[in-house]
Amino acid sequence: MRRTQIQTTLNGEEIDFLCEPRQSLLEVLREDLGLTGTKEGCNNGNCGACSVLMDGRVVNSCCVLGVEAEGAQITSIEGVAQGEHLHPLQQAFLEEAALQCGVCTPGFIVAAKALLDSEPHPDEGRVRHWLAGNLCRCTGYDKIVRAVLKASEMGEVSA
Amino acid sequence: MKEIDYLAPTSLGEAYGALQNGKTSAFLAGGTDIIVQLREGRKQVDQLIDVKHIPELTSYGWTADGGLEIGASVPFAELYEDAEIVQRLPAVIDCATLIGGIQIQSRACFGGNIGNSGPAADTVPALIALGATLTLGSQGGTRALPLEDFFTGPGQNVLAPGELIVKVNIPAQPANSGSFFHRFIPRNEMDIAVVNVGVRLDLSAAGDRIEAARISIGAVAPVPLFVPAAGEALVGQAPTAEAFAAAADAAAAAATPITDMRGSIAQRVHLTRVLTNRALDKALERAREA
Repeated sequence: MRRTQIQTTLNGEEIDFLCEPRQSLLEVLREDLGLTGTKEGCNNGNCGACSVLMDGRVVNSCCVLGVEAEGAQITSIEGVAQGEHLHPLQQAFLEEAALQCGVCTPGFIVAAKALLDSEPHPDEGRVRHWLAGNLCRCTGYDKIVRAVLKASEMGEVSA
Repeated sequence: MKEIDYLAPTSLGEAYGALQNGKTSAFLAGGTDIIVQLREGRKQVDQLIDVKHIPELTSYGWTADGGLEIGASVPFAELYEDAEIVQRLPAVIDCATLIGGIQIQSRACFGGNIGNSGPAADTVPALIALGATLTLGSQGGTRALPLEDFFTGPGQNVLAPGELIVKVNIPAQPANSGSFFHRFIPRNEMDIAVVNVGVRLDLSAAGDRIEAARISIGAVAPVPLFVPAAGEALVGQAPTAEAFAAAADAAAAAATPITDMRGSIAQRVHLTRVLTNRALDKALERAREA
């Protein structure tokens, strides 16, 4: 098993890790780095449960190789809260009860963060369109959309 | 995924060299198709060549005569965030904004969608309508190829061993022309086209006559189709509903779809006619705004 050393910035911290070229970034995060907040849903790019930010853009970490993280800035769900302070999106998801089983939730929050970072006040249509790549089988989406709109009204949302 | 080598060449020469090392290769750009195909065993290669560190593939720009050259691995999101492309080549934006969700658009690219060579590839009818050519590169040099001549079957194309897609070249569009791309899917987002259509309409200076038209249809044959007969049916005509209906009939006549889980033969032929008609209406609006 040949492993490559990768240097990356993960949730603001410069780290290095060893991985095999065949490993997805999702697998590296969960299995090797112990960051299990990022979820595996479909593992083929359809569901968005594994969403992370890579150089400011939201990507499916199942469709990124760990070796591609070399030199990149990665933010996973573990990097969204600031210390003990929940991100406004996390707070709004709780207040709006925008989750049931919770498997899709980290992906929704990371994807929504990418939206609010670039567009602080999107309308409902924009939120729904932006989150089309995130699937939820519990909520019916309305509560999630309400939570994102609420977070957008909670003031400063960027990290 | 089985064990695999990963190479990240930083120049075209280095990439061509990697293609000559005796191993079977696939290219990695956005990874949204190839990583899934390798993981699911639908494709097997010895090495992945990451092309996202080669400047020719990661950049795009306008040519002196008003064309747009797009590096094969430039992600869709980078293109549709560019206000000048939005304004000058809206048909590029039509396709770039409807492939997958935002997560896919952050990484997926023209080179990948074309190289994957799916019959329903959503970038292709738009690019064929715009008259795009590909720059294919290999150790022996580069060659240019009209996009419509690239595909040979589902997942198959003319790319020779040792060759890669370097750029997509969209020529300067004629004055008074308008282009449009759309598709039919049963959902709002995140699906594979049942049928997709790209058109370009070139009007006379007065706007009352069609000088030329290019019509391309997808998901209705083993490869995306360029349908010259549909465009030729419009030449010299006034841009009327009757003329558009005749062109739509010609497009539908060229469709040779199959029945599968996404749609039947009859539905796809019907959709080809309807989508071509509507795309011509939209292209006409854009030509008049231009």
